[in-house]
Amino acid sequence: MDKEKWEPKIAAFVCNWCTYTGADLAGTSRMKYPANAKMIRVMCSGSIDPVFIIKAFERGADGVLVSGCHPNDCHYNAGNFHARRRWDFFHELLDFIGIEKDRLQFSWISASEGKKFADVIEKVTKDIKALGPFTAYKKMNSEFTAMFPEIPEADKEIVIKEKETV
Amino acid sequence: MCSDPGQNMIRDAIRDKGLDAIVVGSCSPHMHERTFRNAAVSAGINPFLVEIANLREHCSWVHDDLEAATQKAIELVRMAIEKVKRDKPLTKISVPVTKRVLVIGGGIAGIQAALDTANAGYEVVLVEKEPSIGGHMSQLSETFPTLDCSQCILTPRMVEVHQHPKIKLMTYSEVVKIEGFIGNFKATIKKKARHINEDLCSGCGLCITKCPTKKKAYNSFEEDLAFRPAVYIPFPQAVPNIPVIDETICMYYKNGKCGMCVKVCDRGAIDFDQKDTMLVADIGAIIVATGFKLYNIDKKSPDSRYKGYGEYGYGKYRDVIDGLQFERIASASGPTSGEIKRPSDGKVPKKIVFIQCVGSRDDSKGISYCSKICCMYTAKHAMLYKHKVHDGEAYIFYMDIRAGGKMYEEFVRRAIEEDDVKYIRGRVSRIYEENGKYIVKGEDTIAGMPVEIDADLVVLATAMIPQDNSAALARTIGIPYDKYGFFNEAHPKLRPVESTTAGVFLAGACQSPRDIPESVAMASAAACKATILLSSDTLEREPVVAKVNEDLCAGCFYCKKVCPFGAIEVKDVKDLNGIVYKEVAYINQGVCQGCGTCTATCLSKSIELAGFNNEEIFAEIAAL
Amino acid sequence: MIYMTSMEEVIMKYGYFPGCSQTGSAKEYDISLRKVIEKLGASFDEINDWSCCGATSAHVTNHKLSSALAMRNVMLAGQQGLENMVAPCAACYNRLITSQYEIANHPEIRNETEELLSAKFEKDIKVINILELFLKIGINKITENRKRELSELKVACYYGCLLVRPAAITKFDDAEQPVSMEKIVESTGAKTVDWNYKVECCGAAHSVARRDIVVDLSKKIIEDARSHGANIMAVACPMCHTNLDMRQRAMKRAYPGHEEFPVLYLTELIGLALGMNEHELGIDLHYINYKYTDPVLDNSVIR
Repeated sequence: MDKEKWEPKIAAFVCNWCTYTGADLAGTSRMKYPANAKMIRVMCSGSIDPVFIIKAFERGADGVLVSGCHPNDCHYNAGNFHARRRWDFFHELLDFIGIEKDRLQFSWISASEGKKFADVIEKVTKDIKALGPFTAYKKMNSEFTAMFPEIPEADKEIVIKEKETV
Repeated sequence: MCSDPGQNMIRDAIRDKGLDAIVVGSCSPHMHERTFRNAAVSAGINPFLVEIANLREHCSWVHDDLEAATQKAIELVRMAIEKVKRDKPLTKISVPVTKRVLVIGGGIAGIQAALDTANAGYEVVLVEKEPSIGGHMSQLSETFPTLDCSQCILTPRMVEVHQHPKIKLMTYSEVVKIEGFIGNFKATIKKKARHINEDLCSGCGLCITKCPTKKKAYNSFEEDLAFRPAVYIPFPQAVPNIPVIDETICMYYKNGKCGMCVKVCDRGAIDFDQKDTMLVADIGAIIVATGFKLYNIDKKSPDSRYKGYGEYGYGKYRDVIDGLQFERIASASGPTSGEIKRPSDGKVPKKIVFIQCVGSRDDSKGISYCSKICCMYTAKHAMLYKHKVHDGEAYIFYMDIRAGGKMYEEFVRRAIEEDDVKYIRGRVSRIYEENGKYIVKGEDTIAGMPVEIDADLVVLATAMIPQDNSAALARTIGIPYDKYGFFNEAHPKLRPVESTTAGVFLAGACQSPRDIPESVAMASAAACKATILLSSDTLEREPVVAKVNEDLCAGCFYCKKVCPFGAIEVKDVKDLNGIVYKEVAYINQGVCQGCGTCTATCLSKSIELAGFNNEEIFAEIAAL
Repeated sequence: MIYMTSMEEVIMKYGYFPGCSQTGSAKEYDISLRKVIEKLGASFDEINDWSCCGATSAHVTNHKLSSALAMRNVMLAGQQGLENMVAPCAACYNRLITSQYEIANHPEIRNETEELLSAKFEKDIKVINILELFLKIGINKITENRKRELSELKVACYYGCLLVRPAAITKFDDAEQPVSMEKIVESTGAKTVDWNYKVECCGAAHSVARRDIVVDLSKKIIEDARSHGANIMAVACPMCHTNLDMRQRAMKRAYPGHEEFPVLYLTELIGLALGMNEHELGIDLHYINYKYTDPVLDNSVIR
């Protein structure tokens, strides 16, 4: 694969109330950011299981972003505090299981921070690009693939063409 | 797609192709999820079998690279398809509603909320911790900006509460426990022993006049400016007009003797053996109206949360008093019968200094917020003083004059222009006594000069802070509170009288500093919200709630610890013989708000959040 | 540092930061403090090579310098193996704890100061003032070792501006209505009076440049003490003492008819109670001789 044309695949787990809405705001404000991150909406950052993150890596994500409401601003009062504690711990374990720590990033983005959302996506994409493709997933995804035999793995080899002038 | 023709396209496709679930590639679900769900329902599909791929806000509007955006759009739709394949049909949850409202706090906010709710036809339980309802408003002399007599406008309301057939009034009582959830609360209320049989007492007051402990305790209604005996009613207009016996100073409880009250009570209403009783009530909605207290600057009873202001000598000098004490001095029913006299020697003060913002707006020693009412009541105090002591001089030290409100600014101008109250912009650094005068040293920041006033009486406009037990009460009810102890509203703009806990509403100064009209408005709004809730027999809720697979649950109850709403209970699982063989988590669907924190915490992966279960999310990840 | 000499007795050893005044204008403060401490069974370990604390003009002219000067002395105490450090001068005390506070709360000041001193601040040295010192040693020790009754003395305890303020930094006593010095003075058998000016400004460093201001302010302090029934004043700051004692001459010129009022260091008062004479304590170095101001004092204290 031509490294220069390689674009990272990023999974973003976001909470419904703050970050997802913040992303909506970025959209309605027509802010621009790279198209690498795809969002998976959950109700609260507190419900994001570390397993989700591992599965995303297994399925070939080069990076994962987790984002929720700011501390003290949680729609459910305290969900993000549990999330924060869980992530801190989990983040430390990533290196241990052989995934670079920086592939997993966290941030607090409120519903009014469209600009911050765009900036975070920009930054995460840049960081993951610098890390290069995550290839170890090929060794780890057998079990997961067996769970969803009918879902074909998204083509990692899709090469985004050079930008054409419109 | 959200237009009528677009929706028709969806309906037609469902019918023509026999679809059983749909994915819409459109704008954000926050915009039109409901529209498309309704369209699906009208074509016979469960609304929760509709998924939306957000192709506008999250894709087409934010990416310049058209190729990449198109690729992303395809993938987003693919993810939504894989999720919808695994979505399960869900139905809205319905819970019954108990048609009774609990109002906590019998100040003006609680009184208003209770009356409005009761007049709408619902039963009300009004709980007040003091022996009488009325709250702080009953202590006030006159009210701004109209200078109405506070008692005169309040007392009829208090009587109305007492006589209302729908209101059960519980004074000298406290809420000790709240269980359950919206529409189905269970409140445990402790009724403290009055040692007077309420059914027999006629309120004649003979026991009070004959009690030999005449001036044994400070009268807290008079803000410690007067005394009361062991058996007392807080103030003459008290509702209910039934005395209380204070065990701590009553001679009978000390040595078993006296019993003078028993001798004089011809109805036999004195009951020394009365005990605290507990009452449990089924409640549909709760209105919290517990009010405020004044910032405690008395060195003798230091409040651990706040201190400072030793420079003003409050608690050291008897003629340095706070705003509520001045209200009592100015009140016609107060300890001086409305004559302005200073506490130390009863002389009429010829020079009086008011200091605003004592505690408020002071990050270094006090609290950061503005207490909102002090500018107005200080202007009122100065005015009342000038109306009663014509040759007196009134000085007010202020930081800013915040008189936002109908007729408020005019009121302050009247104090300055008609009543010749002298406003000095600046802070006071020290107060000390010299030959019976109080030397007030401060700064006039407009003149840029230090000022020194030899005052006869000093009144401190101390800050409004939450009641002592507000945090504990918030935990009892299960509502959030801020760092000061004020209860948090669900949304600062759009949901100001609701707490984030469904079915619990807020009124008055327990939420933040409020004046009387605002407290009353909030109380009516809270009553309205409560009656809306009670107007239907059952409540419908979104079915996005967590559910436990009891076979898998290992009973570790980590979920119970993390649940922000206390929705998780312990449930016994019994075998055929009725013997409990394991305990599992049980999620109360009425309480669960659907955050899913428990699902991520669950070690055995036995909790699933409907609409966002693991299989659905894994499918999305797989299709990434 | 705590040395166990026997099972019962604990002798406390305190780091001692004299400060410039103790070697000059407030020599008697230093003399009396050392003697009193010895009598009470505690001992001092003077900071080697101590320097200016930064309180005089440094903290208004050069913030970095004032911070570095203060922290240098704190650092030296740490190197000497001390855990605490007494700063008898209220200005030194205030400068030292303020620097510690700034360094604890502002990483950028910390970095800057560490860089200037080429050192890392790791050890936490507790800087204490003279009042805290006596409270730590125990005021019961003063009562136990009392040789003289000072019951005729009615003392106005003067804290000045720096000893208890700002409250957020000193975290000691009430900033506006302090009472700790009264407790110590009462342990000598003397009476204390409740008065109004115990934390008012004496004019401090304006003593040199604007004597007129100092004379006015100090006069008010003395007259308030007198009018509340005091016949002597106790201070715990060299600057206060200078203004209240030395400037009484100027006061006489500015306020004809001014009556002399004796002002003693707290340590001198304790020293008298412990049975030392005025020469031992350096009281004869004062401008106002307390013996002649009030016959009651003359008879009661000096025998």
